[in-house]
Amino acid sequence: MTADPHGTGQHGVASGGLILPRYERPDGVHPPLNSPEYRSSQLRAPAQPLVPMPQWLTEVTGPLLGAERVTAADSDLTTRHPGEPLGERIIVTGRVLDSGGRPVPDTLVEIWQANSAGRYAHRVDDHPAPLDPNFDGAGRCLTDADGRYRFVTVKPGAYPWRNHLNAWRPAHIHFSLFGRAFTQRLVTQMYFPGDPLFAQDPIFNSVPDPKARERMIARFELSLTEPDWALGFEWDIVLRGPSATVFETQEDA
Amino acid sequence: MSLPITPSQTVGPFLAIVLPWPDGPFVVPEGTAGAITITGQVFDGAGQPVTDALIETWQADPDSRFDHPDDPRGAARPAAAGFRGFGRCPTDASGQYRIVTLRPGSLPCPAGGTEAPHLDVSVFSRGLLDRVVTRIYFPDQAEANAADPVLSAIGDQARRGTLIASAVPGGEPGQFRFDIRLRGDRETVFFDV
Ligand SMILES: [Fe+2]
Repeated sequence: MTADPHGTGQHGVASGGLILPRYERPDGVHPPLNSPEYRSSQLRAPAQPLVPMPQWLTEVTGPLLGAERVTAADSDLTTRHPGEPLGERIIVTGRVLDSGGRPVPDTLVEIWQANSAGRYAHRVDDHPAPLDPNFDGAGRCLTDADGRYRFVTVKPGAYPWRNHLNAWRPAHIHFSLFGRAFTQRLVTQMYFPGDPLFAQDPIFNSVPDPKARERMIARFELSLTEPDWALGFEWDIVLRGPSATVFETQEDA
Repeated sequence: MSLPITPSQTVGPFLAIVLPWPDGPFVVPEGTAGAITITGQVFDGAGQPVTDALIETWQADPDSRFDHPDDPRGAARPAAAGFRGFGRCPTDASGQYRIVTLRPGSLPCPAGGTEAPHLDVSVFSRGLLDRVVTRIYFPDQAEANAADPVLSAIGDQARRGTLIASAVPGGEPGQFRFDIRLRGDRETVFFDV
């Protein structure tokens, strides 16, 4: 019997037990929770080692949040206010895939970002840069059948923070993704190519592998750029994927 | 084909711009028969409340089922109208969150055995470069908890206890408290899933 991580109805209950997809473990990709250079991790990252957990029914399922969470207007951050926001208008698009290369369709993508001056529309942001009455920095969309998302927004500005003396965050857009299973949940940040602030940013550099860091950087794409209107950036997001199905055994516990 | 995955980054301090939903804490609509409430505070390693965290929960329905195609028993629509299985709540100025839901059923393990009723929990906050994952179990399920393979794998009883909610003292039935201590004294058990 083969399992069916994509819901086409081919799975079931074998005599030996339930057959579940198993999600690959992302060893060495994510930042270590204890990253002293990122100062606020020191009081918040667990001191105890993480306890291994099996991937059973609660972990291989997850919320399938649908169209009720978004409207078409939610993916264009430049048209939700009486006037247009200031800044470089950009298109940010790409596909949500799993590590098997399969698109993740109909999954909720939520983004938030600073305005073009590097200021968040949030009460705790006291960076002395102007707010923009025409920009709130919040976006949502669902991926299409090919796993593609698309936002229209303005390029966020860099901003200072208090991690260390003269610390600046490179321009970035925060992304939140669900995938289809609890194991696939991901919150990350998208960066822009060639940013001179990468070298001094402890959040970007908390990802130990330089190749993995590069996977957080979008690509400028002339073919996505719309003449006389907006610059195009492409960024694919890869979530953990189900590997070949196996029978889970007690040793996984 | 095998693609390398995208790394995690912190949610930072401004997640409230988009992640909280008005109906986020309500896994079932308020007033649903049999609804329970789980409240708690999130604390940092200095014992201070974490006021900019986001708690998410995911769980089976009361009949032990998921409305999801990857459940090999088949996707099942929940009996309770509006049951979403998923809850999401930002912490407030006192570090507190609240989830209104139904008790999950117990679950069969793939190779035999039974998981006690539980919610999977993700905690996101500034200072966490990746989410941390924990579980909420129920204090009135001692027998099921004792047989639960995930709980049993934690040798230290005090550590195991960090995963079991408590009944709210003097509270109505169905009111539970589950505090999350990110680091240090009585640190909550977090899982590598
Ligand atoms: Fe940010």
